[in-house]
Amino acid sequence: MDVSQYLEIFIDETKEHLQSLNEQLLVLEKEPENADTINEIFRAAHSLKGMAGTMGYKTMQELTHKWEDVFSEVRNGKMKVTPDLVDVLFKGLDKLENILDNIINAGNEGDDKCEEIIGQLIAFVQNGGSGAAAAPAAAPKKKAAKASAEVAVATETKAESGDASKEKFRQFKYADFEQHAITKAIDEGTNAFGITVYIQESCLLKAARAFMVFKKLEELGTIAKSEPAVQDIEDEKFDLDFSMVFLTKESAAKVKEAIMNVSEVETALVAPLSKESVEAATVKDENAPSEAAAQTAAATETKPAAAQATAAASSGKPVVNRSVRVDIEKLDDLMNLVSELIIAKNGLVSLNAQQDEANHTAGNAMGPQIEYLERITTNLHQSVMKVRMVPLESVFNRFPRMIRDVSKSLNKKINLVISGEETELDRTVIDEIGDPLTHLLRNAADHGIETAEERAKTNKPEVGTINLNAYQEGNNVVIEVKDDGKGIDVEKVKKKAIDKGTITKEQADVMTDKEIIDLLFRPSFSTAEKVSELSGRGVGLDVVKTNIEKLGGDVEVRTVLGGGSNFIVRLPLTLAIIQSLMVEIGNEKYAIPLGSIQTIEDIPVSDLKYVQSKEVIHLRGSVIPIIRLNQILDIESTKGEDENLTVVIVSKGEKLAGFVVDNLIGQQEIVIKSIGKYIDSPKMISGATILGDGEVALILDVNTLV
Amino acid sequence: MAEAVKAAANNVESKQYIVVVLGSEHYGVDINYIDNIVRMQSITRVPKTQTYFEGVINLRGEVIPVMSLRKRFGLEADEITGKTRILILKPEAQGSIGIIVDSVKEVLTLSNDSIDKPSAKGADDDKTNFLTGVGKNGDELVSILNIMEVIQDKEEDE
Repeated sequence: MDVSQYLEIFIDETKEHLQSLNEQLLVLEKEPENADTINEIFRAAHSLKGMAGTMGYKTMQELTHKWEDVFSEVRNGKMKVTPDLVDVLFKGLDKLENILDNIINAGNEGDDKCEEIIGQLIAFVQNGGSGAAAAPAAAPKKKAAKASAEVAVATETKAESGDASKEKFRQFKYADFEQHAITKAIDEGTNAFGITVYIQESCLLKAARAFMVFKKLEELGTIAKSEPAVQDIEDEKFDLDFSMVFLTKESAAKVKEAIMNVSEVETALVAPLSKESVEAATVKDENAPSEAAAQTAAATETKPAAAQATAAASSGKPVVNRSVRVDIEKLDDLMNLVSELIIAKNGLVSLNAQQDEANHTAGNAMGPQIEYLERITTNLHQSVMKVRMVPLESVFNRFPRMIRDVSKSLNKKINLVISGEETELDRTVIDEIGDPLTHLLRNAADHGIETAEERAKTNKPEVGTINLNAYQEGNNVVIEVKDDGKGIDVEKVKKKAIDKGTITKEQADVMTDKEIIDLLFRPSFSTAEKVSELSGRGVGLDVVKTNIEKLGGDVEVRTVLGGGSNFIVRLPLTLAIIQSLMVEIGNEKYAIPLGSIQTIEDIPVSDLKYVQSKEVIHLRGSVIPIIRLNQILDIESTKGEDENLTVVIVSKGEKLAGFVVDNLIGQQEIVIKSIGKYIDSPKMISGATILGDGEVALILDVNTLV
Repeated sequence: MAEAVKAAANNVESKQYIVVVLGSEHYGVDINYIDNIVRMQSITRVPKTQTYFEGVINLRGEVIPVMSLRKRFGLEADEITGKTRILILKPEAQGSIGIIVDSVKEVLTLSNDSIDKPSAKGADDDKTNFLTGVGKNGDELVSILNIMEVIQDKEEDE
């Protein structure tokens, strides 16, 4: 049997287990005595060992086995968790992650046999707790287990008749050729055993376990018959047990031990079969019909037993996880279909409007139906979007470990506080956001937080704090990385920028602090080799910015010298379909994402003021710069000079700006499409969309325009 | 079609080309690149992009950029007539692009040996780089376009 079909499940589950190990180890580091955590780690290591063994990943199995050893000692109070041990365990965890990466990318475990880590773990087990006695202690235990197994086999053999209902192999009906093979083997002095193996109910890879059992047994002898047939077992067409007739030179105890070594095997019943019993159960060809009858009888017999077993087990069963794993590509397809549906719907809407106009009637029978359709497509879109949403937790949960490592290597005390990890984002965004965030967090730990001594001098608590916070704000998700470190020294940045020739002295003089800090996101800044000498950031911040902008988001910094910095990342909730305001400039139509629109104002030309020869308006206490879209987009405005201005007030974070447009068309749900390869996409255009009448309209990128 | 059969019979490697007209010249486009030929339709202008791009069109739900071959070759602007067509090319799986031509004439099969390589490359002549050779169709000459060169080259002043 090929185990590759289980590879995906294996990878997913291993990832989950490794993540849980990571989290639990972090807890353990803080509370070395926490019994729940120790148990949790033991269980995770045990499951990992079993899974790795099933899949044939020897190094992984070996390593997790050692983990299990360590924690079994800890659990029994023979060993204490020390910081050294935690370090080695973390290293081991990294190895396991490497192995998993290798398995994912190369299909094998890689060459690293992890001997060093394994050796260290063994040393811990030997030296920890009751000293050198610990290691040998494990061996006798195994022997004892073996002995008890033998006893169990012996008693089972004696109590043969009593346990007959569980020993399903006794219900076997043998075909002629099978009987011949078995009796011939017995005549030759080989042992024939009837075996029934019960697999634990919690087992997920039943077929794989069965396969392991078969594999082990085939090392020891031959399987003469199995029930259900091998093919059915491979296809997982069996409940929790399977039976077989096994021919071997080995003893019953050895056979049993081999089976029990496969993890997640509940019990294995092994009993010798006599020539007579096999002969008695053999079905001769002539009474084939009765064979069928006997089989149905046997089947009905087994069924109630199975039913009983499940009934008995159901009381202790955990709540069934009512979820389905779906390939992201299928969701993409679904999203595309929804997009097309919305375009088609928009077509209907505009057709209907045209007809109304032509007939000079407001509303016909189509109207309500189209509105209904509109509601459905909007809901459908939202549902599909929700399906694609993943909580940020899956990204955030790797950070505590990272901060721990960084703080150890930098010798700083850092406390990472995570909140809002339940905030959800589109899967494609989640996949891409990990690296930029890692970068920001590293920066905060490396350049932001001061050393304990420095902190003491400035009357700050010894332990620095990094806050990682996520929340939803309108159509955006905001992620903040905030530290209480030393902040960014604007003067130093300015000096550096002038030195590097990024800006001239004259430019620097008129730049606001904010503009200076934004220089950190310039590509030229990241290549500086000694950036960390600056009080700030700058290492690869341009990459962070480009990555986030690729996702349609933006990043902003707020900093207080001596008080810390706050990097604010804003991301769109969804990438594919948005609500937008359609506007007209000249005779062209453009879409402005509704999420960034604050208000729409009608401004008399006389209200325009000039600040540094730029047009601004004064609106409810704030000064808002005016952007004449027709100039930026090279369009001739259809409006006269002295007509009132229609101004769409948009926001990017706290920054506001007013877009001057000629006409407002209305709100519309639009599907974002790329404007295609080969054409140079101007920065202020974030994409295109297809309107109801089949025309293409461009979508304005508020983030670059403001 | 007859030519195709003939060429196949002669067992000479040959290709099919769509012959398009641009002013007084005839150009051949390898048929393998062509996804579709559509009539002129309304084009949405894209500001601040290469000057030879007219904008984008909607082709059955896909947004496709469209360039003017005339502008690309530095000729006078297109005069839209009933014969004007947009050739939709699909050089790669992920990207389509449209090029506007005055009209589409015919499908032509040319064997590889009947195409002359362009004479010594006039380094100054931009158009020469866009051609892979010149084929003969009866009395007429057909310039074979190097599609990848036409669509990928950015503006010189960039």
